[in-house]
Amino acid sequence: MNTNDRLAEILALHRGREGALLPILHDVQAAFGHVPEAVYQPIADALRLGRAEVAGVVSFYHDFRDAPTGRHVIKLCRAEACQSMGGADMIARLETALGMKLGETKGDVTLEAVFCLGLCACAPAAEVDGQLVGRASAARLEAMIAEVSA
Amino acid sequence: MKIWVPGDAAAKACGADAVAAAIASAAGLRGQEVTVIRNGTRGMVWLEPLVEIEVDGARHGFGPMTPEDVPALFEEFPHPKALGPVEEIPFFARQTRLTFARCGRSDPLSLADYEAAEGWQGLRRTLEIGAGATIEEITASGLRGRGGAGFPTGIKWKTVADAEAAQKYIVCNADEGDSGSFADRMLMEGDPFCLIEGMAIAALAAGATKGFVYIRSEYPDAIRVMRSAIAAAADAGIIGPALLGQGPRFDLEVRVGAGAYICGEETSLLNSLEGKRGMVRAKPPLPALEGAFGMPTVVNNVLSLAAVPWILTHGGTAYAAFGLGRSRGTIPIQIAGNVKQGGLFEAGFGMSLGDIVEGIGGGTASGKPVKAVQVGGPLGAYFSPEQFDLPFGYEELADAQGLLGHAGLTVFDESADMLALARYAMEFCAIESCGKCTPCRIGAVRGMETLDRVAAGDEQAIALLQDLCEIMEKGSLCAMGGFTPYPVRSAIRLFPDEFTPMREAAE
Ligand SMILES: Cc1cc2nc3c(=O)[nH]c(=O)nc-3n(C[C@H](O)[C@H](O)[C@H](O)COP(=O)(O)O)c2cc1C
Ligand code: SF4
Ligand code: FES
Repeated sequence: MNTNDRLAEILALHRGREGALLPILHDVQAAFGHVPEAVYQPIADALRLGRAEVAGVVSFYHDFRDAPTGRHVIKLCRAEACQSMGGADMIARLETALGMKLGETKGDVTLEAVFCLGLCACAPAAEVDGQLVGRASAARLEAMIAEVSA
Repeated sequence: MKIWVPGDAAAKACGADAVAAAIASAAGLRGQEVTVIRNGTRGMVWLEPLVEIEVDGARHGFGPMTPEDVPALFEEFPHPKALGPVEEIPFFARQTRLTFARCGRSDPLSLADYEAAEGWQGLRRTLEIGAGATIEEITASGLRGRGGAGFPTGIKWKTVADAEAAQKYIVCNADEGDSGSFADRMLMEGDPFCLIEGMAIAALAAGATKGFVYIRSEYPDAIRVMRSAIAAAADAGIIGPALLGQGPRFDLEVRVGAGAYICGEETSLLNSLEGKRGMVRAKPPLPALEGAFGMPTVVNNVLSLAAVPWILTHGGTAYAAFGLGRSRGTIPIQIAGNVKQGGLFEAGFGMSLGDIVEGIGGGTASGKPVKAVQVGGPLGAYFSPEQFDLPFGYEELADAQGLLGHAGLTVFDESADMLALARYAMEFCAIESCGKCTPCRIGAVRGMETLDRVAAGDEQAIALLQDLCEIMEKGSLCAMGGFTPYPVRSAIRLFPDEFTPMREAAE
């Protein structure tokens, strides 16, 4: 199915819904892996908004990306409870081991910061391709990343 | 044989799914009939995955379990990870679980289990006594907003009830962005019908027919469980065209955030719900009068709403019998960070900070002395062990230049770098600011730079930082910019040596 058909399908799904923009953008991102600029105008038309308004919303929220990620997304928690359990050190080690920084994509792997996963009593916490990891360590995460990207 | 393995996100993050799979295969090998129930969590996160088996009518706990520990479950007791009857574990036994009474006991999506454990009794009572008397119960309970601001819930509901409008809304704030907090998540994953019941009661009281649960996108498990629970309650005719088949209409829907901490602030949340950027709105107008889509709206935290069914079932005065001063009832305390026994502990207000951290939490996980505890999330102050006599209550913590917030406590051992934590507070504000006011948007960035100068040994920088904090506190529209100085200033106050130019020389 091409982009336009898929988008039309998503827009139809949310027709008439109050405050439909965020649900639409979530669906678009789930379908395309990011929110391509090409969808701004059709979404704006469907919701009777200006294109700039849609663009403004996309850029406001950290979740919405303008480019696809790697096939594997690793999220590392930077917030206080994880810091208290050596989270900053864990992130630094992993960055060194993988030769990349938070916010970067290298090959198949995207490394991202997240601010709290609600796992603060089993910190430090991370997420590897949607799988939550508590009591994490750099070594354990490295092994998991090697496993998923094998 | 019945075996419970929590399906809670924290339990899963600690390996519960692998343990559940190992149980199924071990049972298969032995040809033993085993029913695995994925319950919510008991909140004792340091013991997760905490598996339970019924022995002579009492549920015995085993944990923290690994797949390797599973085969021994099918052999003779005692098991090396045996904890005894789970409700007799001191951490559990010392609690007053009203809001979390059901959480962890059963399959969160079983309507039969919910019904059997006082489910829908509060809603039935509301249908009997009507809106006015329901609001009186809530007022009598002394319930205050658990989302941070501590506003009396009864007054909020009455404002919405008294407003004339064609459409009113109940919005549940499940944005729970505070580090150190996870009670909203546990409640939604472990007892979703309780939140639905609380929202339905609020809807009846306020005259609203539509509700939204706004859940942060970082909580996919909570989103899934809440959606399933709403669908199950609608299928059973509990919500929908007629509440419990006899009341007015109430429809409920989950909306998902998009990774913005500021969307926990209620007016930002409402903008987000309407499909806009999450900019904070100036108040007035109050959301109670002009909230979602311009209509009168109750915005309440998950824990405020989840306390409601118990209050309606047992009465407002029974709830108010717990607590301290103007903090009535119970508070689900979240003990997190570098702590030996981390998890959720519900108790009447008034325990001392020290009792929570040392007595309940058991001190640090590292075994080193406690250095500081941040109370109330990223906008909350740090406290030191010298302040451990402080009672846990809204006014008591505010009087000590802190805040209770969402009742999360993050424990740090002596390795904590307070300057780095202060800088992080400013950085977080810079990243998450909605951008509406200058003191917050620009101030936070200046704050980071100034703390870098402090770290580099600049003697003037600390005075500059204090001025900047003052400007942020006084000139910010909301608590994001207004309270970010709390962690910064408390760190400086408690650990001045770490902010002096001597720092470099000493290291
Ligand atoms: C920056 C900021 C973040 C907030 N985050 C949350 C949150 O995640 N959850 C919440 O319930 N309240 C949060 N609040 C408080 C809400 O604005 C509001 O007071 C609350 O949802 C009202 O519900 P309650 O009376 O039941 O507490 C936040 C406030 C601010 C200023
Ligand atoms: S204080 Fe910060 S987050 Fe709050 S309204 Fe101002 S800019 Fe927005
Ligand atoms: S602070 Fe990292 S999971 Fe909450």
